Amino acid sequence: MRYFLLIFVVGVLAVTGIAGRRGAHSRNTPLQIFADMKRQSKLRPQTPNAFFASGVSSQLPVPGTIAHLPGLQVGDQVIPPYQDAPVLTGLETGSTNYVQNNPLPVTAVLLKRGQERFNIYCAPCHGQTGEGNGITKKIGAMGVVANLHDKRIVELPDGEIYHTITYGKNLMGPYGPNVPVPDRWAIVAYLRTLQLSQLGLVQDVPQPLQGALKK
Amino acid sequence: MSAIFPKWTNRLPLMIICGLLLTGSAVIAGVWYYFTPEYTRAGYQPVQPVAFSHNIHAGQLGMDCRYCHTGVEKSWFSNIPASSTCMNCHNQVLKDDPKLALVRESAASGKPIPWVQIHRVPDFVYFNHSVHVNRGVSCVECHGRIDQMDEVYHAKSFSMSFCLECHRNPAAKLRPLEKITDLGWKQPSVEAQHAFGTQALEHWKVESLQNCSACHR
Ligand code: HEC
Ligand code: HEC
Ligand code: HEC
Ligand code: HEC
Ligand code: HEC
Ligand code: HEC
Repeated sequence: MRYFLLIFVVGVLAVTGIAGRRGAHSRNTPLQIFADMKRQSKLRPQTPNAFFASGVSSQLPVPGTIAHLPGLQVGDQVIPPYQDAPVLTGLETGSTNYVQNNPLPVTAVLLKRGQERFNIYCAPCHGQTGEGNGITKKIGAMGVVANLHDKRIVELPDGEIYHTITYGKNLMGPYGPNVPVPDRWAIVAYLRTLQLSQLGLVQDVPQPLQGALKK
Repeated sequence: MSAIFPKWTNRLPLMIICGLLLTGSAVIAGVWYYFTPEYTRAGYQPVQPVAFSHNIHAGQLGMDCRYCHTGVEKSWFSNIPASSTCMNCHNQVLKDDPKLALVRESAASGKPIPWVQIHRVPDFVYFNHSVHVNRGVSCVECHGRIDQMDEVYHAKSFSMSFCLECHRNPAAKLRPLEKITDLGWKQPSVEAQHAFGTQALEHWKVESLQNCSACHR
C-alpha cells in the first residue's frame, strides 16, 4: 500500500507538473483531444489555401469586374453598382468634374452615422474636430496631417473630398476599401458640419437667442 | 500447517477497493480539469510574425477596433486588416523601423502577412459577429481586454457552456451600441445594467437562443 500511495502521489504530481493549470499562457497550438469533425475541408476566409496559385483562400476580384451587389438607394432611385452616377464616382455623370453637393439626402441619421464613422476612421490623424491634431500628430509620430478647416479644403466640392476618402491623396492612404460608399458620403456631410461649426456667424443664431451669447 | 495466504491478504480486497477508488477519482478529476477547452484552448498565445501590439494601438492611441477589423459589424467574419491599412500610418510613423519590415514588404508585394489565427470555433459551429455586435454584445465579453494585451491570447474558453451561459441570460451582458468597442466601459451599477438589459431585450427583440439549431446548422 505504501508503494502504491507513493506511485500515486508521484503520478499526480507529474501530470499536474507537466500539464500545468487551466488558462496558463502557452505558445503551443491547442490540443484536440477528440478530432470529431472540428476541422472540415471547407473554404474559410483569410486562410492559406493550396488550391489557388496565390496560396490564399480569399481571392481578389478579377480586374475590371464589379461585385454583384444590391443597388444603392438614393432618394427613391436605386443606383446599380456599375452605373456612372455621382453617388458612386463623386463626378458629374459623363464628365471629370467633381459634384458640388452631396448626392445623398442629408438627414440627422446620416450626420449621426457620419460622426461615428469620422471618429473611427479619420480622428486618429485629423482629430475629432478635424483640426489635424489627432493622437498620431500629438505624440509627434506623424509629421504631415492636413487641417480640415483650411480655407482651401472648405472650398473643395463635396465630390473631391469623397474622392480623397476613396483613393487617398499624397501622404493620405485610400479608405475606399474599408469604408462603404454611403458611409463615405456620411463622413463628407459630417465634415461639412464640422467646418460650418468653425465658420458660424452671430447672424446664424436665432434672433431671440443672440442676447444669451457670451463674448 | 502454514497458511497459503499470509495474514495481510485479509486486507487485500479493502486495499484493492481503496486503490481503485483513488485512481478512479484521480482520473475523473483529471478528465474534468483537463479535457475541456478551458484547458486546451484558453491562454493560447502564439508568436506573431510582426510584434503588433493592441496595447499601443487600441489602448494608448485609442483607435477603434473597427478602424482595422472593418468587417465585424457587417459580416459573420471579423477580418484581420490588410497591410495597406497599417501603411496608412506607417508610411510616416516608424517609416524605416526594422520591426515593420515585413509589413512594408507585404504592402509592396501584395503577399499577405502570415498572422497566426488564435480564436476559432470548430467547423460544426455556426458563429456570427454582426449579430452579436449589433445587439449590444461587446468584444470584451468574448475576447477579454484586448486593448491591454501586447500579444493577443485566447482569453475565454469558447466552450459550448461559455456560449450558452450568455444565451440563457443575455440581459446581464448587453450594453449601448456606442460602447461596443469601449472595452473598459461598465454600467455604473448592477441595477443600471439590469434596467438597461431588460429594456434592450425588448427594444431589440433579443431572443434567448438555446435550441441546438441556433449554433449547429
Ligand atoms: C493615417 C492618417 C490619416 C487618416 C486616418 C485620414 N487622413 Fe486625411 N490626410 C492625412 C494626411 C497626412 C493628409 C495630407 C496629405 C498631403 O497633403 O500630403 C490628409 C489630407 C486630407 C484632406 C485634404 C486633401 C487635399 O485635397 O489636400 C482631406 C479632405 C482629408 N484628409 C480627409 C480625410 C477623411 C474624410 C478621413 C476619414 C475617412 C481621413 N482624411 C483620414 C492623413 C490621414
Ligand atoms: C491597428 C489595427 C488594429 C486595431 C485598431 C485593432 N486590431 Fe485587433 N488585430 C489586428 C491585427 C493586425 C491582428 C492580427 C495579429 C495579432 O493577433 O496580434 C489582430 C488580432 C486580433 C484578435 C485575434 C485574432 C485571432 O487570430 O483570433 C482579436 C480578438 C482582435 N484583434 C480584437 C480587437 C479588438 C477587440 C480591438 C479593439 C479594442 C482591436 N482588435 C483593434 C489589428 C488591429
Ligand atoms: C493610426 C495610425 C496607425 C495605424 C493604422 C497602425 N499603426 Fe502601428 N503604430 C502607430 C504609432 C503612433 C506607433 C507608436 C510609434 C512610437 O512608439 O513612436 C505604432 C507602433 C507600431 C509598432 C512598434 C511597436 C513597438 O513595440 O514599438 C509596430 C510593430 C506596429 N505599430 C505595427 C502596426 C501594424 C502591423 C499595423 C496594421 C495592422 C499598424 N501598426 C497600424 C500608429 C499606427
Ligand atoms: C459573442 C462572442 C464574440 C464577440 C462579442 C466578438 N467576437 Fe470576435 N470572435 C468570436 C469567435 C467565436 C471567433 C472565432 C470565429 C471563427 O471560428 O472564425 C472570433 C474571432 C475573431 C477574430 C479573428 C478572426 C480570424 O479568423 O482571424 C477577430 C479579429 C475578432 N474576433 C475580433 C472581434 C472584435 C473587434 C469584436 C468587437 C467588435 C469581436 N470580435 C466581438 C467571438 C466573438
Ligand atoms: C455575452 C453574450 C453572448 C455570448 C458570450 C455569445 N452570444 Fe451568441 N448571441 C447573443 C445575443 C444577444 C444574440 C442575439 C439574439 C437575437 O438577436 O435574438 C446572439 C445570437 C447568436 C446567434 C444567432 C445568429 C442568427 O443568425 O440568428 C448565434 C448562431 C450565436 N449567437 C452563436 C454564439 C456562439 C457560437 C457563441 C460562443 C462562441 C456565442 N453565440 C456567444 C449573445 C451572446
Ligand atoms: C450558443 C450556441 C450553441 C448552442 C445553442 C448549442 N451548441 Fe453545441 N456547441 C457549441 C460550441 C461553441 C461547441 C464547440 C465546443 C468546443 O469547441 O469544444 C459545441 C459543441 C457541441 C458538440 C461537440 C462536443 C465535442 O467536443 O465534440 C455537441 C455534440 C453539441 N455541441 C451538441 C449540442 C446540442 C445537442 C445542442 C442543443 C441542446 C447544442 N449543442 C446547442 C455551441 C452551441
